Amino acid sequence: MNLDSIKEKYIGSIHTVTLGATKDQGGTRTNTVTVGGDATLPFLFFEGEQSNKAVVAIEIWDIPPTEWNSVLQDAYADVFSNPVAWAQKAVEFGADLILLRLKGGDPDLGNKTPEQLANVVKDVLAAVGVPLIVIGCGNDEKDNSIMPVIAAVAAGENLLLGMAKNDNYKSIVAAALVHNHKVLTLGTVDINMCKQLNILITELGLAAENILMDPGSCALGYGLEYTYSVMERGRLDALNGNERLAMPVVCNVGHEAWRAKEAIAPEKDFPDWGNQAKRAILWEALTATSLLQAGANIMVMRHPEAIRLFKNNVNELSA
Amino acid sequence: MALTGLDIFKQLPKTNCKDCGMSTCLAFAMALAKGSTELDLCPHVSESAKKFLDIASAPPIRSVIVGVGPNQLTLGGETVLFRHDKTFINQTAIVIKISDTLAPDELDEKIRNINGLSMKRMGQRIGVNAIAITNCSQKPETFKAVVDIVAARAKNLNLILLVENAIALEAVLPGIAAQKPLVGSATANNWQAMVALAKRYAVPLIIKGNGLNDTAALVEKVASEYKELVIDTGMRNTAKVLVALTNIRRLALKKKFRPFGFPTIAFTTAEDPNDEIIQAGVFVAKYASIVILKADEKPYVLPLLTFRMNLYTDPQKPIAVEANLYEIGAVTPESPVYVCTNFSLTYYAVEGEVLNSKIPGYIIAVDTEGTSVLTAWASGRFDAQTITDFVQKSGIAEKVSHRTLVIPGYVAVISGKLQEKSGWNVIVGPQEAVGIPAFAKAYYTKDA
Ligand code: B12
Ligand code: SF4
Repeated sequence: MNLDSIKEKYIGSIHTVTLGATKDQGGTRTNTVTVGGDATLPFLFFEGEQSNKAVVAIEIWDIPPTEWNSVLQDAYADVFSNPVAWAQKAVEFGADLILLRLKGGDPDLGNKTPEQLANVVKDVLAAVGVPLIVIGCGNDEKDNSIMPVIAAVAAGENLLLGMAKNDNYKSIVAAALVHNHKVLTLGTVDINMCKQLNILITELGLAAENILMDPGSCALGYGLEYTYSVMERGRLDALNGNERLAMPVVCNVGHEAWRAKEAIAPEKDFPDWGNQAKRAILWEALTATSLLQAGANIMVMRHPEAIRLFKNNVNELSA
Repeated sequence: MALTGLDIFKQLPKTNCKDCGMSTCLAFAMALAKGSTELDLCPHVSESAKKFLDIASAPPIRSVIVGVGPNQLTLGGETVLFRHDKTFINQTAIVIKISDTLAPDELDEKIRNINGLSMKRMGQRIGVNAIAITNCSQKPETFKAVVDIVAARAKNLNLILLVENAIALEAVLPGIAAQKPLVGSATANNWQAMVALAKRYAVPLIIKGNGLNDTAALVEKVASEYKELVIDTGMRNTAKVLVALTNIRRLALKKKFRPFGFPTIAFTTAEDPNDEIIQAGVFVAKYASIVILKADEKPYVLPLLTFRMNLYTDPQKPIAVEANLYEIGAVTPESPVYVCTNFSLTYYAVEGEVLNSKIPGYIIAVDTEGTSVLTAWASGRFDAQTITDFVQKSGIAEKVSHRTLVIPGYVAVISGKLQEKSGWNVIVGPQEAVGIPAFAKAYYTKDA
């Protein structure tokens, strides 16, 4: 039997995208991160190129995340109130990138000014050498005023800025265009909407190669199967030549997995589910490795042990 | 390879008698090739042609049954490579492995533990499916004794007997065959004896090869004699197993390559239980019909079982509960009334927390065609009008003396309009269901 007979022949591939910029490239990063380039489904090296391994971005906030799970508190409690120390710790934990969520800009969570937030971005850039993903607080109006300022102070750094959504993408795209950053889109777990958003953004003048996409990431047990299938369909479409879905995929799993009841509920309330810390960590890790099978390129995560498990899995499957 | 219409035509009587309802034998052959008719409709095919065509028209991946009774397993029978193409059908069996070298008290403890690996999640009970017993002792009598103990004490679980020594297998089968354990492995060395035993006792058999080509050759030999088979490629490296299982599935479905038209089995190798679950997750995602692992603690097994459940839900229909008025606990006319959607995930999240609050309450699960709160809201199935209509239909007005509805925090924006339309007072509850107990205590204990 000849295994060649079942090699799929794809005509497309995922864009290869580099984030961050070193001194020579006009930035201050000590290294850049390149993702994408996949020319087949995950880990089927026998039939196509996949030269860039999936990487981990560790999520940090500019304000202490008081509502984060006790299991996460245990891992980060000493750095929660200091984004610089937190970023450094994230690098120790193996972060290939840092995802800085500017939560403190939220009008209900301190309402920091764009300038105050820009200072946090500058401090984090100064403290670590890995590339940065910066996303807003989630309040559309506020984010529209934050992102242009962030894009300007970090000019040259080749940031990934997010999240651009169907009903709110113009100002973030404009900011990225002016200062040469990349844009992260957020979909609604709907392949057609993802495609449409990518088209709208390229129509504003941002090259398709400067877009990454989060199709809308659900946690294990909380809609994971929707994300999984949207990602598989999108990847197959892209491999079959659809340029509008050829963006590297970012999955924001930490945020989702750590809200799951299985990650939150103490063992005394759910004796049926066993030790909370063990199941919570595995909840994040398995959410991440599952979506890895569906084609993720950047995994945004929180717990150091879950990150270790994810990276192990990537390495094992790429060996 | 799949048969073409012409291949089939060659086997038919070519009399064009029309008894099959088609105008010609050729038309019937074409319809058969497409799968739109059945061979039985032609009363004139010869026995030999029937045998040939039956084999050729069998489903691309055979379904194999393990066990008996309500918990029996159906393995294989899959028809697609991606769940979005239709749906995955028979869930990967999650199986915990134990050795026959365990001391009696360890064995006892293990069995009790594995029996306990059944958990409730989102209104469904999920659990491991079987215990696999290995013959590490190498002694037939020890193996038999342990198998008998497990069979007697783990009555809700199926059995897998991992033994390559035909003599040891022969020692246990007479007593246990009626429970239809999966046995194996049959290898290049022992297959004649193993197949003879499997046939005699009518139990499904694992065929273990050494890599894809070797496995295909071995299965081909065995399958001419016996077809209740499960394939083990013999590979144990995660990356290689992923590729092998993908190729097996592709060859079976796209090329109808018969030697791979059977369920498959994969084994974890990692020592650390966390790593083991991650490894098992790869096999669940990529086509294993059975995964054998050692990790047997609830917090490890629960995520894996949940992943399996997610992957095997039918993408064509969201899991919904009946849209209805539900009573949680010993409700009274003063009990709170919560409004949510009839998406299973949503409903059970809310139900669980209302129970947790220890304050009995009503839940109105509005018909949103099984979609979540925000999905339903965004698509117009959970707005002031639809909720008002459903509340009126639900009969809640006759059950409670108050006129207050609690709605999910995520749809706070509809509260004014809902109040206006329904005439009920509307309280915006917390965003996440976890917030319900604290919320209920704050709002409802003083009046109760
Ligand atoms: C999976 C998903 C889908 C699936 C549907 C799944 C389903 N069966 O519902 C699909 C892919 C089909 C889908 C489609 C759409 N979706 Co959608 N989808 C999601 C996603 C990723 C998860 C939803 C989910 O399952 N949540 C889990 C359940 C359990 O949550 P829940 O119902 O809200 O319940 C929780 C709380 O509300 C609370 N709660 C529930 N009831 C009650 C009651 C009371 C009294 C209280 C106190 C609390 C409470 O408890 C629960 C647990 O905490 C979310 C994004 C996200 N991550 O949340 C988007 C999301 C809901 N979708 C969205 C949209 C826009 C859509 C579409 C309209 C997009 C489109 N144009 O295609 C379509 C609608 C299509 C249609 N015609 O139905 C948006 C809604 C935006 C908004 N704010 O309005 C979201 C938020 C994504 C986003 N960020 O934009 N979606
Ligand atoms: S019944 Fe059989 S023999 Fe008669 S026409 Fe149909 S296929 Fe041909």
